[in-house]
This record gives sequence, structure tokens and C-alpha cells, in this order.
Amino acid sequence: MSRLDVFADAAVVAKRNLIKIKRVPDLLVFTTLSPIMFVLLFAYVFGGAIDPAGGGGGYREFLIAGIFAQTVVFGATITGAGIADDVQKGIVDRFRSLPMSPSAVLAGRTLSDVVNNVIVLVVMGLTGLLVGWRIRTSFFEALWGFILLLVFAYAISWVMAWVGLIVPSPEVVNNASFVIIFPLTFVANTFVPLDTLPGPLKAFAEWNPVSAVTQAARNLFGNTDPNPLAPHPTAWPLVHPELYTLIWAAAVLIIFVPLANAQYRRSTSR
Amino acid sequence: MMETPAIQARGLVKKYGSVVALDGVDLTVPTGTVLGLLGPNGAGKTTIVRILTTLLRPDEGTAEVAGIDVLAHPGEVRRSLGLSGQYAAVDEYLTGFENLDMIGRLYHLGRKASRERARELLAQFNLEDAGNRPAKTYSGGMRRRLDLAGALVAAPPVLFLDEPTTGLDPRSRTEMWAVLQGLVSGGTTLLLTTQYLEEADLLADEIVVIDHGKIIAQGTADQLKSQVGGERLEVTVTDPATLEAASRLLTPLGVGAPVLAEHQRNLLMPVSGGVSVLREALRLLDDQGIGADDAGLRRPTLDDVFLTLTGHAAEVDDDDPAEAQHQTEEVKA
Repeated sequence: MSRLDVFADAAVVAKRNLIKIKRVPDLLVFTTLSPIMFVLLFAYVFGGAIDPAGGGGGYREFLIAGIFAQTVVFGATITGAGIADDVQKGIVDRFRSLPMSPSAVLAGRTLSDVVNNVIVLVVMGLTGLLVGWRIRTSFFEALWGFILLLVFAYAISWVMAWVGLIVPSPEVVNNASFVIIFPLTFVANTFVPLDTLPGPLKAFAEWNPVSAVTQAARNLFGNTDPNPLAPHPTAWPLVHPELYTLIWAAAVLIIFVPLANAQYRRSTSR
Repeated sequence: MMETPAIQARGLVKKYGSVVALDGVDLTVPTGTVLGLLGPNGAGKTTIVRILTTLLRPDEGTAEVAGIDVLAHPGEVRRSLGLSGQYAAVDEYLTGFENLDMIGRLYHLGRKASRERARELLAQFNLEDAGNRPAKTYSGGMRRRLDLAGALVAAPPVLFLDEPTTGLDPRSRTEMWAVLQGLVSGGTTLLLTTQYLEEADLLADEIVVIDHGKIIAQGTADQLKSQVGGERLEVTVTDPATLEAASRLLTPLGVGAPVLAEHQRNLLMPVSGGVSVLREALRLLDDQGIGADDAGLRRPTLDDVFLTLTGHAAEVDDDDPAEAQHQTEEVKA
């Protein structure tokens, strides 16, 4: 088996996962509908209360990067649920009995979820533009912002891949991950300025990597200055949000890629 | 010179905590033959298949498939085997063609060869018309055929089928049997597990009966049946009122006491002597004017074999603690 087989096999597996998106478009519709709903809810329901002077306009600009971060992190649960489903249906047994590269199943799955996230980000970006969000920087800075979001989501996908292999069913993946992902994406600078949080929560939020990736995207889209809702942060992770995001992504990948692959080699259908 | 057997296993042991799933199993399957692994749920059949197909490592023992050490060279073994599991492992969102094409690509057959092989198998398994429909729309029998086709993509010399007809309706089951018989006549070595005695009887050259992780009997269907005892005389009388009389009349012909089933107007009695006993029985009944709807010599079924060997019938036992433990352990593993 040559090294190139990993890539070829991963591409075959990724293609298979993407066919599913094509055949069951409802999946994509619902994963994009809920963030759109979030954009509209936060922009028009909470926006006025948080930013009365600007009538919510400034808040909407502040909000979009946060929703992007929340959505791509939630998108990682698709990875876990998809893998748990494959284990349950015996498809992982089939893959494991083939002379394919054993790393390719998870590599292919996480790869197809990047594609999924790209589609979702495009739809949400368009929605954001409709409600008044603007990119105020250059094309390349904005692109780098999107790439950081995708890299961060890719790392979380591997955590979820591991979760998907150890839990008994796809439903459990969803329930288990919500318990972690909700606080992670809400106790952050995603929807509210950090200064409004009480002490311990604020400290958690400042070091929360979701805050960093949000801050990085906000900076790179030019949505921080001169927005009164996004004052210049003082905590180290938020002063260096790009670096902090990349460190987190790297650390998560270093731990969870081998962990998930080892788990995959041992898993069988139930 | 002795030919290397297609499958050879020695002293397989697999434990899940304190539960012993396999307790020293030896198997030999000569090339080109069919081994039927027969046993109730939780007996260890699936564990054997998983070990031989590289999905699970045994705690003790050795195994070779197609002459290759399963534990030392799992990657190579995978090229020589096809597996169709207990649940049809087809991707229901892919079409039949896409399923087979994907498997071909993952066997590294190449783009063109994978497509050709997929079309070939769809034709062979009578799925041509359904080939471009998502497998979601397939019937249970079609899914099983597609799954089996998936196991055959690389034309492996050794095929493992874990309960290939469980959950199929009788017609689909008969169709599946015909497909399997065709494969075997083509020279494929087959190891199949089943809970259906009829299936093992029909397909297998040799049957291994397994219960609680141990082999409790093995041999051809005929050998197993003769372990249980010889032939029986079965008579169904027309009028239930005459059953007692028939029993008194025929008892001297038997080598054991007759068993009466009143509701079925049925009499069953171990005999020896073959057709002459049957002829004599019919003459006696005729003389006494006792009408019979049916009469014949019955050989014991594998159901009888199972009952005799294990002390319990070959029934599906979902509450088997060993199986339940087995499943939770695997989730944790």
C-alpha cells in the first residue's frame, strides 16, 4: 500500500459523503436554516436591546462573525453523527474489511465536512450581507478570516469523529455534543461584548478558543473598528486571536487525529 | 501433497471482561468447500467471523485465511476475503452502482475496472434495473444481494457471510440460496453463519455447531443427524379417534416407544429396517381399516440435532446475557 492511497481513498470516501448531501438536500437546508434563523433572531430581537443607539445596525455587524464561528463548530457534530451512523449500519465493518488505507475513512469524512462548512458559510455570508453586514477589509484578509474559521472547525471535526466512534448511536452524538458546544459557543464573545460578563465567565470567555476565532474573523472582516461593541481586548488570546486559534487547532489535531484513528481500528458494529 | 486449507484457525479465545465469547475454537475449511457455522445468538459465530476477517483480534490462538496469517498480515488478508455482515452494509444514499463502484475503488481496482466490475455484478445479481436508484428504495432482499455483490467486488477466493438470510422473507431467502450455490460451484470457499438449520443443511459441506463459544459438534449434515439417532416412522391418521389403535398396532415395529401428537393426528416412532418397516406398517393399518393421510420415514432434522446436543432448541434468544455483554463491551472497546 503506497502513501498516496490515503489521499485517493479519502477522496473516494469524501465523494461518498458528498453524494449524501446531494441526495438528501434537507440536511444541508436544515444546517443552514438554523444559523440564518440565529442571524435574524439576534439581529432583530436582541440587537435593539444591546445596541439601542445604532438601532441594531452596529450589533449586526458585530454579530455575523460570532454566528459564523458558532455555526462551523456546530457543523462538526455532523462529522460525529455521520460516523456513529456508519458504525451502527455496519458500513465501518465493510470499510475495515477492505484493503484500503485505514486512516482514509476519517480523513474522508472530515474532508467532506469542510466542503459542507464552505457551503454553509457562503449561504450565511449572503444572509449577513442582506441584513447589513459588510466586509471592510481587503479580499485576502477576509479570505484568511474564512480559512481560520474552517481550520478551527476542521479540528473540532476530529474531536467529534472520536466521539462518534465511542458512543452507541448518532442521537447520542447530538445530545452529548450540545452539552459541550452550547456553553463553548455562548460563553464567548460571539453574541455579546465580553465586558458584560461577570468575572469568572469573562475569564473563561477570554481564553475560550471560540472567542479567539470569532475575534480573528471580526478583525479580518474589519468589523471591530470603530464598533463600540467591540472595544480593543486586553486578554492575550484576544490580542493575538489568529495565533491563539492556530495553536488550539494544532493541539486538538495532534491529540485527536491519532486518538480517533486508533479508536477506528478497534471499532466494530454493534 | 496436502493443499493449504482456505481457512484455518487454532485455539481461538476471545474474552470480554469475565464473559468468554470464544473458548478455544479450531476450524479448518478446505478450499472450495462450504462451512456452516451453526448456533444461537450469542454463541460466538459473529466473533469468529470478525476475527477471521481482521475486524477483531483474538486474545489467544492463530488464524490463516488463504494461507496468510490473519494477525500478522491483516492488510494482505483483506485482499483475499470478502465479507458480508449481519446487517446489509450498503450505503442507502448511494445507488447500487455507486456502492459497488466505491468498493472497487477502495480495493484499488482503478476507475475503469471498478465501473466495469460494478456493472458486471449488478447484472449477475439481477439488480441492473435498480442500479441507478439509491439503495434506500431497495427491498430487503435486494439490499442483501447488493451487500453480497459488494463482498464479491474483488472476486475474493474466500467469502465470509454472517447470517446472510436473517430477516429475509422466504422467497428472498430461496433466491439468496440459489445465488450462493452458484458462487460455490464457481470454486469460492465459503464460511457462513446461520441460525437456520435448513440453510446449513442445504448449503454446507460441513457443519460446525457452536454454543457458548465452544464447538459442540461437527461433521456433515448426515453425520450430525446420525449422531442423534436413526430414522423415524411418521404416520398421520385420518380420524383422530383411531390414533390410539394405530399406536398399539405399530408399537411392535419400532425400536422405541411411539410419540403421539393428538392435535396433528400424528404418530412418530424410532424404527430401523428402512422401507420394509414402512411397507409393513401400511399393511397393518390397511388390514385394520385405519385410514392414513400421510406416512413416511423421516430422518432427524438438524433441529433435532441441535436440541439433542445443546439441550435447548435453536431459538433466537435476544435476552442472552452473554450476547448483551458482548455488545456493550464492544461499544466500550
